Amino acid sequence: MIMVTAVVKPFALGDVKAALERLGVLGLTVSEVQGYGRQKGHTEVYRGAEYTVDFVPKVKIEVVVDDELADKVIDAVVQAARTGKIGDGKVWTTPVGTVVRVRTGERGSDAL
Amino acid sequence: MDSGNTAYVLGCAALVMLMTPGLAFFYGGMVRAKSVLNMMMMSFVSLGVIGLVWVLIGFSLAFGDSNAGLIGGFEHAGLRDSAAVVGGGGTGIPLQVFAMFQLMFAVITGALLSGAIADRARFWPWTIFVGLWTLFVYVPLAHWIFAFDGYVSANGGWMANVLGALDFAGGTAVEINSGASALALALVLGKRRGWPREPMRPHNLPAVLLGAGLLWFGWFGFNAGSALAAGAVAGNAFVTTMTASAAAVIAWLALEHRLDGRPTSLGAASAAVAGLVGITPACGFVDTFGALVIGLVAGVACQLAIRLKYRLGYDDSLDVVAIHGVGGLVGMLLIGLFGTTAVNEAGADGLLYGGGLGQLGKQAVAVLATAAFAFAVSYALAWLVRVTVGFRVDPEVEAGGIDEAEHAETAYEYSPLSTGARATIPAPIVRSAQEGNAS
Repeated sequence: MIMVTAVVKPFALGDVKAALERLGVLGLTVSEVQGYGRQKGHTEVYRGAEYTVDFVPKVKIEVVVDDELADKVIDAVVQAARTGKIGDGKVWTTPVGTVVRVRTGERGSDAL
Repeated sequence: MDSGNTAYVLGCAALVMLMTPGLAFFYGGMVRAKSVLNMMMMSFVSLGVIGLVWVLIGFSLAFGDSNAGLIGGFEHAGLRDSAAVVGGGGTGIPLQVFAMFQLMFAVITGALLSGAIADRARFWPWTIFVGLWTLFVYVPLAHWIFAFDGYVSANGGWMANVLGALDFAGGTAVEINSGASALALALVLGKRRGWPREPMRPHNLPAVLLGAGLLWFGWFGFNAGSALAAGAVAGNAFVTTMTASAAAVIAWLALEHRLDGRPTSLGAASAAVAGLVGITPACGFVDTFGALVIGLVAGVACQLAIRLKYRLGYDDSLDVVAIHGVGGLVGMLLIGLFGTTAVNEAGADGLLYGGGLGQLGKQAVAVLATAAFAFAVSYALAWLVRVTVGFRVDPEVEAGGIDEAEHAETAYEYSPLSTGARATIPAPIVRSAQEGNAS
C-alpha cells in the first residue's frame, strides 16, 4: 500500500476530492497547513505597514491506496490541482507498512 | 434646578459610560487572540479604579474652588452633598449628576491609554498607574479646561477662564492628553517583541467594529451632553458630531484604498473614531461646514500619522497617539479657523468668520500646555511604576500569551481536545444516612 500526500491550494480541494471519488478512492484525510516552497512567501500591505508573509495557507490531502492505484491517484490529483501558476503545490508518496480498521480488526487492503 | 436638563445629563452620563466597554471591544479585537482578555481588562478595571478615585477625591480636586487656576479643593470629596446644584438656580442640575457625567469622561480617558501598551503590561501595575494618572494628570487638566468660573465653584481653571481657549467636550483633557500620555507609556514600556517585523494583525475585526459602533453611539452623549442643557447648542453638537464622523469615514477609506489598495474594516472603525475625536473640542463651536472640514482633515491626518510610528520606531500598538493625539490637535486648532458665534454665543469667531488669529493662538497654547504636561507627568509616573513594582511582563509570558499568565484564562476555548487538566480538590465528605439520623 502507498500513501499519497498532496499539499495544494485550498480552493483545489473540491476538485481533487471529486477526482479521487471518480477513481474509487474510499477515504481521505484533509488538514489545513501553512508553509512555503521555492517561491517563498509574499508581501502584503496592511494599515500602512508592509509585511512579508512567509507561510502560505495550503491544504494537505492524504490517501492510502493499493500499489496499482497509486499512479492514477497521483495523476488525478495533479490534474485537478494544477493552475499553472506559482504555488500549485506538491504531491509525493510514502510506502505504508500496514493498515488496521479499528472497528473490525481487518488488516491490509481489506481495511482501506 | 431644571428637571429637563437633569434628565438629559443623566442619560448622557450613561451613554458615555457605555463607551468604556465599547473601547474594550474596539481594543480587544485589535490585539492578538492570546492577549484579548488582558486588553479588555485594562478598560474594565479603569471603571473600577478611576470610578473610586473620582468619587472619593478626583471630582473635588477637578471642580472644587480653584487654587490659582491650577487645582481645585477638597470640599466635594466623597460626593455626599445630594442637595447641591451647579450651573445656577434656574437651569442648573444637581452636583452629583454633573459629577457622574464627568466621572465617565475620566474613565474613558484613562482606558484609552491602554491601547499604547497592548500585549505587554502587567495587570496590577497598570491599575496602580491609571489610578495615579487620574489624580496627577487627568484631574489637573480637567480643572484647567472644564472648570468654569461660577459653574460648580466661584473660581475655575486657567485655560478656560484666563487663557480663554475653547474646548467643548475634551479635545485637550481627553484627546490630546490621552495621545501624549500614551506616547509616554509606549516609550517607558518599550516595543513588543517582534515589532515591527512581525505582522500583529487584529484577531477579531467584528469585535473592533462592534466596539467602534458603541463608541460612536456613546459619543453623542459625550459631545451633545457637554452642552449640559437640552437645547439648541446640544442639537448643533449632535449634528456636527455626525457630520464629522461621517466625513472622516469616507475620507479615510478613500485614502486607504489609494495608499494600500483596499478599504479595510479596521480603517472604517478607526476613521469613525478619528472623526469623533476631531469634532470633540469643536462640536459646540462650529457649524456643519466646519464639522465637514474637521472630519475630512481628521480622516486624512490621523491615518497618515499612523505611518509615523514605523518611521520613528515607537510601538504605540493601537494608535492612540495617531488617532487621539493628532485628531485632538486637528479639532483644537481648527476651532481657531471655523469657530462661529452663530451656533453658540459662548464660543468665538475664528479666522474664517472674521475673528482674526487671536483664537487660533489661544487654541495652540492650550494644545502645547496639555501635551507637555500630560507627556511629562505620565512619563514620570510610568517610570516610577516600572522601577518600583515593574510594569512589563516577562519575555516568556509575552511570547506564550499574557491572558493565561496574568488572568488564568483564555478568551477562546474552541478545541474539542481537553487540556488534560483534572481537578485535584478533595472529594466532598458524604455523610451517611445513619450519621444524619443519629441526633
